[in-house]
Amino acid sequence: MAQVTTAERKSIFSLFNLIALIVLGVGVYITYLRFTGGLAAVTNLSDYNPWGIWISFDLLCGVALAAGGYVTSSAVYLFGMKKYHSAVRPAILTGFLGYALVFLAINYDVGRPWRLPYPLVVQQGTTSVLFEVGLCVATYLTVLFIEFSPAAMEWLGLKRARSLVVKLTILLTIFGVVLSTMHQSSLGALFLIAPSKLHPLWYSPYIPIYFFVTSIIAGLSMVIFESTLSHRFFAYKMDGTHLQEANGVTLGFGKAASYVLAGYFAIKVLGISAENQWHYLSTGYGTWYLVELLGFVALPSILYAIGVRTKSLNLIKFTSVLAVLGVILNRFNVCLVAFNWHLPSSERYFPHWMEIGLSVFIVMIGLLLYRFIVTRMPILYEHPDYKDTH
Amino acid sequence: MDHVFYTLQDFMTYTESVTYLLVIATLVGMTLFWLFLTGGKHKD
Repeated sequence: MAQVTTAERKSIFSLFNLIALIVLGVGVYITYLRFTGGLAAVTNLSDYNPWGIWISFDLLCGVALAAGGYVTSSAVYLFGMKKYHSAVRPAILTGFLGYALVFLAINYDVGRPWRLPYPLVVQQGTTSVLFEVGLCVATYLTVLFIEFSPAAMEWLGLKRARSLVVKLTILLTIFGVVLSTMHQSSLGALFLIAPSKLHPLWYSPYIPIYFFVTSIIAGLSMVIFESTLSHRFFAYKMDGTHLQEANGVTLGFGKAASYVLAGYFAIKVLGISAENQWHYLSTGYGTWYLVELLGFVALPSILYAIGVRTKSLNLIKFTSVLAVLGVILNRFNVCLVAFNWHLPSSERYFPHWMEIGLSVFIVMIGLLLYRFIVTRMPILYEHPDYKDTH
Repeated sequence: MDHVFYTLQDFMTYTESVTYLLVIATLVGMTLFWLFLTGGKHKD
């Protein structure tokens, strides 16, 4: 273990670090342009398309993929599935970083970011879904920070503060589930105002439910995916308990994801039926909808089930990538592809390279922060001073 | 599935009939899928 650690420390000039340096450099440049030249300097956004990939990817995908925090903590602390306990801290960390980066990204996307606190202190707009989303995300980011803080406190040796926060675990988990249920679904509810803009196959009065259910799929799949990456790159940091429980986490979460995906598939079909939108399935958009529904919902559900039945961990890990891509595809379809679907192609939105560059920059910040925290704080192992106190 | 609807009643009767049938199929399908998911040669 010590040798591996030394090797890790020597690898400061690795390929990953070089790429990270380039991405950070480009990101800082785009940041400078964005805050000196405005949105028009770095984006292809327009009055027709005011929401680009900074909303569809950084916000909608960011929030959905960060759902592993509330999914895992509620499974362990509310439903008593203690065998998944080792997955809680990595999932909470991923969730916390995900929401923190959503907050960072929204500062780029909002025309006047210094007005972000306005809904809290100037004008509430309590009938606005966006107000509810903003309030929930801000509150949940605070909850995630407090849920994550024991790991940082163990690292810093703040024993009294840690014992105080640990006593709040159940309360924080309940807050997390309530707030996540509200804002994950409300992100879908944002599109209820645009029935004439969103293609009928993606528009549905049930879209808040779709968004909430897909957040559970994203959360479960991200825990498996993130665990796979952690085992690949940070196995030397894991203790015996973590290594021992890892296969059980993969199988258990794979089983849950399979069943939730099956349920999601069913309610999507019922949604088409209730709105009688069958005839759209034979169009070009219908084909694309079927690609999403069959290739990224039904297929992962079946592959997860086969993986669980045959205890094929590799198949479950592969399927987690497919499921995560499916959620990303769904958010892109709702926010970009099927949005303004009736406009001529000349009026359609395609992101500027700097918009993509900034999204990559933000993901890179997340990866670097994750690596910084995981290599220092007790995330993938139990701190020796606090064993069996969770 | 292409149907000409002359009244809302006509529309609701048709769509809800299909949807109710699909709900029953879903309930049966989800039960069978659960049995498939929790089956297999190697139990926990």
